[in-house]
Amino acid sequence: MSAPEAVLPAPPAVAAPPELSAAAPQSEPEVRPVPQPYWNSYVAGVVLGLVLLAAFVITGRGLGASGAVTRMAAWSLQKVEVSARGGTSADADTIARRNEYTGQYLKGPADPLDDFLVYMFIGVVVGGFISGVLARRSGFEIARGPHTTNTRRIVLSTLGGFISAYGARLARGCTSGQALTGGATLALGSWAFMLAVFAGGYAVAYFVRKEWL
Amino acid sequence: MDPIAPFSKVGEWGPTAMIVAAGLLGIGFGFTLERAGFGSARTLAGQWYGYNFAVLRVMFTAILVAMVGLFGLWYLGVVDLSAVYVNETFLWPQIIGGLIFGVGFGVGQYCPGTAVVACATGKIDAITFMGGFFIGLLAFFFSYDAIAPFYGSSSMGRVMVHEWLGVPAGVVVLLVVAIALGAFGLTHVLDRKFAAKRGTS
Repeated sequence: MSAPEAVLPAPPAVAAPPELSAAAPQSEPEVRPVPQPYWNSYVAGVVLGLVLLAAFVITGRGLGASGAVTRMAAWSLQKVEVSARGGTSADADTIARRNEYTGQYLKGPADPLDDFLVYMFIGVVVGGFISGVLARRSGFEIARGPHTTNTRRIVLSTLGGFISAYGARLARGCTSGQALTGGATLALGSWAFMLAVFAGGYAVAYFVRKEWL
Repeated sequence: MDPIAPFSKVGEWGPTAMIVAAGLLGIGFGFTLERAGFGSARTLAGQWYGYNFAVLRVMFTAILVAMVGLFGLWYLGVVDLSAVYVNETFLWPQIIGGLIFGVGFGVGQYCPGTAVVACATGKIDAITFMGGFFIGLLAFFFSYDAIAPFYGSSSMGRVMVHEWLGVPAGVVVLLVVAIALGAFGLTHVLDRKFAAKRGTS
């Protein structure tokens, strides 16, 4: 679906949305390639909805992101501990294995990373990378508001990651697995989650408004 | 006619087919999130400050398409809805978890899926978001014993909104469509309002 776009000539630089050009790193000397515009939100929504519907029809499951990261974290905890003890025994009585939560991934014979959501996670990385390259949006940068510093942005994004991880685990999923997937299947708790996410987001937005406005 | 979907359940797919399906669906998911602009925190932050309602528009359009498609195919007898995974409801953990998650979203301006896509396009703030996310997961693991009673509370099992209300699924589907269309309309009204405000200041 991106092939026709890829051959289009780059739009003139003045066509770039103001928030993009305003937030580009000022100190960078080389000229970045002008990125393609994003898809219209409703077009993107229809395509995303069709991907989600395909997931239901093909696999009987939806989309997810945080579940894979949770498995990777449990797996890492186990690996670090086993290697710190200098042992390679997979049966080591580790903290991760004794932990009530991570134990559910690590106690059985199955590899914790051999999971539907982990393969999907790899796909998300690949799909995001392909799209970014084709649209000339790839490259190292810090996405931040026009009136803040890189340091503040990094501190807040790290803190936001920490907070949302705790919330996602408590709620058994994130925007993908709960709000999007659970929302489309009309799962009661997922709708409660979704409304709570918007409430939490708007409640905190006022206090960090200077980061973005 | 017997339902022919979910294909993996009806066809009793093996693990390899599921891996391929998961990978391809993931590619479609990641590609679309990036195209929607969700690979940058600047797009996502717009939701809270009214300068870009892409989050609401993309998310609710996707929910509408998938919901109407899923329940439509179920009405037609194509999909066996009982074989489709529906998130179990643990009401209070999901409400409190959602509030905490929303605060994290508002502070970090990513959620896990969008952060992964942003990492894939080189956003350093998304890489640190994922670092924070990883540490947050460890915090959850190590505090799990203390919060386990709450985590398992208000368990209602597999329950859909229409079952909870005691109405046919179609009623809730239409209600969600109506609310979403209303929300879309509101975002366009707000767009004009913010544009006017920017123009005069």
